[in-house]
Amino acid sequence: MRILVIEDDAQTALYLRKGLEEGGYTVDWTGDGRDGLFMAASERYDLIVVDRMLPSADGLSIIKVLRSQGLRTPILVLSALGQVDDRVHGLEAGADDYLPKPYAFSELMARVDALLRRGTATAPGTVLKVGDLEMNLLARTVTRGGETIELKPREFRLLEYLMRHADQVVTRTMLLEAVWDYHFDPQTNVIDVHISRLRQKIDKGFGNPLLHTIRGAGYSLRANS
Amino acid sequence: MQIPKLFQTSTFRLALVNLVVFGVAMVLPFVFVYSNTVGSLDSETNAAIIGEIKGLADEYHRLGKASLIDVVAQRARDPDDKNAIFLLTDAQRRPLAGNISVWPADSASNGEWIRFVIDKVKAGGSTPHRVRARAMRLAGGELLLVGRDVEQILAMQRRITEALGWALALTFVLVLTGGVLMSRYMLRRVEAITQTSRMIVEGTLSRRMPIRGTGDEFDRLSENLNQMLDQIEHLMTSMRTVTDSIAHDLRGPLTHLKGRIELALRAAPDARSYRAALEHAVAETDRILSIFNALIEMAKAESGLGRADMASLDLGVVAADVADLYEPVAEERGLALRAEIGEGTVMLGNRQLLALSVANLLDNAIKYTPAGGSITLSVDSGPGTVRLVVNDSGPGILPADRGRVVERFVRIGTDPAIPGSGLGLSLVAAVARLHRASFELGDNAPGLRVTVVFPKGSTQESADAAHRGETAATLAAGS
Repeated sequence: MRILVIEDDAQTALYLRKGLEEGGYTVDWTGDGRDGLFMAASERYDLIVVDRMLPSADGLSIIKVLRSQGLRTPILVLSALGQVDDRVHGLEAGADDYLPKPYAFSELMARVDALLRRGTATAPGTVLKVGDLEMNLLARTVTRGGETIELKPREFRLLEYLMRHADQVVTRTMLLEAVWDYHFDPQTNVIDVHISRLRQKIDKGFGNPLLHTIRGAGYSLRANS
Repeated sequence: MQIPKLFQTSTFRLALVNLVVFGVAMVLPFVFVYSNTVGSLDSETNAAIIGEIKGLADEYHRLGKASLIDVVAQRARDPDDKNAIFLLTDAQRRPLAGNISVWPADSASNGEWIRFVIDKVKAGGSTPHRVRARAMRLAGGELLLVGRDVEQILAMQRRITEALGWALALTFVLVLTGGVLMSRYMLRRVEAITQTSRMIVEGTLSRRMPIRGTGDEFDRLSENLNQMLDQIEHLMTSMRTVTDSIAHDLRGPLTHLKGRIELALRAAPDARSYRAALEHAVAETDRILSIFNALIEMAKAESGLGRADMASLDLGVVAADVADLYEPVAEERGLALRAEIGEGTVMLGNRQLLALSVANLLDNAIKYTPAGGSITLSVDSGPGTVRLVVNDSGPGILPADRGRVVERFVRIGTDPAIPGSGLGLSLVAAVARLHRASFELGDNAPGLRVTVVFPKGSTQESADAAHRGETAATLAAGS
């Protein structure tokens, strides 16, 4: 998988590149907005990571140009402007995700994985399956090994998100954004408590646990640990 | 105060304009009075002289010389008309009758006005009196002169003219003095404001415009300027407080972080201790970042930028969502969290900031309430308002500390075991200000009661905001 990183700060770029390469991706890097636009348009990438503020071109205008040319590659915007309206502008320009600086690398990695997975994901079915855990989106029922599990609406949405991102690392921030639509950071780790409740319901009394805590990053729902 | 500066003032220019207006206003009545008194007296006198000389000439034609001598002698002696002057002479200018004895030197007898001076004899002596007269040569060669002593008229004329002169001079002096005084007064008041502003510009922001207490326009101007200065100073102070607080609150963890890293570098190279140091560094960095984020949110709320993201929303739903997020946390700590959501709680607001506020309030309540306690979150509506109340059964906040706790970085009963940046309540207060809501800390006996009363917002504003909200929702859905 090839990722294009458009970031003018050499140190940040180096750190990004190193981290992404360790994660198994091939990374091309440019510090110039125009070069980035040219590279994105002429070569095939699976993901583009672009900084919001670049010397020769604004990150958002690059996205607009690429989208107007019909490029559908997922784009992740990195920005020091972390406010909600900036986020809206980023998504409005055609970005797929928006990560304010400073970010934890695990957060970036999780989002990159999620975007790459989304790029290749097939059309969403009515049933999600992870191991022996099954979720019927129409009937809104959850079963594990044929046994029905009662979930509250919010727990259902939480599990749905985890199942849609099965085998990926999902961060607390991602869950807070996707399940609760909050773009702030609560002081207490409220998500941990919700996860542990969900874990009680889907893992307790079953042989192999499905919901794993990834230290320093977040959570992952997977059949094989 | 320099004189040229005085002349440059608008007040002084106004005083000069006043002077001209006053002058004209003085001269016009004078002209009127003069023409109605001295002027008419003058022309009456002239008419009387002309009438009399004609009458006497007729007398001469009709009755002859002897009769005229009688008449002139009689008229000259008339005690009712002391100002009348008569003289009848023969052709050689020898007096025949009249009240003056000598024919005035080089006087014409062709009907022109003659002016001469006579000596009027009074008790104490004689004074010169001016006389205006006409002369006529009669058919027999005799000369007839009829005149009037005009000394009184002329004196009156002089007195009136002099009076006007004095009046004008006095007006000029008064208006000019008044103008100078008024200009100096105005200049002094304006100068006081100018000097104060200059001092403020030069950095003494604590200075205030002088107020005399008379409630005049200068006082009102000063009061308004002072209010503006208060606002600026408040903003400056809060900015300085933030800067100081950031410096204080971030310098500590940063120094700590640096110390840990340096210590790890100086110790013997050991992968495990390096790892521990790095993990500690990450935790410390996270703490710094959370303080930073809270400060950014607060700065945003305080700058009023958040108003752009306002939309029509149901505070009850927002609060219930947050309660739903925190309910498991409360349960884990052995606390009962109850949400009481009323009807009609739709208002204009910024969802993210409101949710953050409710989250902060619940976070605080959960942190400070001992196990077994209860927390109630209620939202209900009043006339034009939506009220949010968070009650807990914790230790509460002493009335004396309630004002202080809203300030940034202030933590009451600093229990190091309870994590927090000390920004929670100040952020809630800032969000309340952004929504023009009232924010109040009260006593739940026992516990803390936080009440925030939001205005529902105007319908037009709500409609606009709702439209924006829809756009934002569409965008979010499309992403």
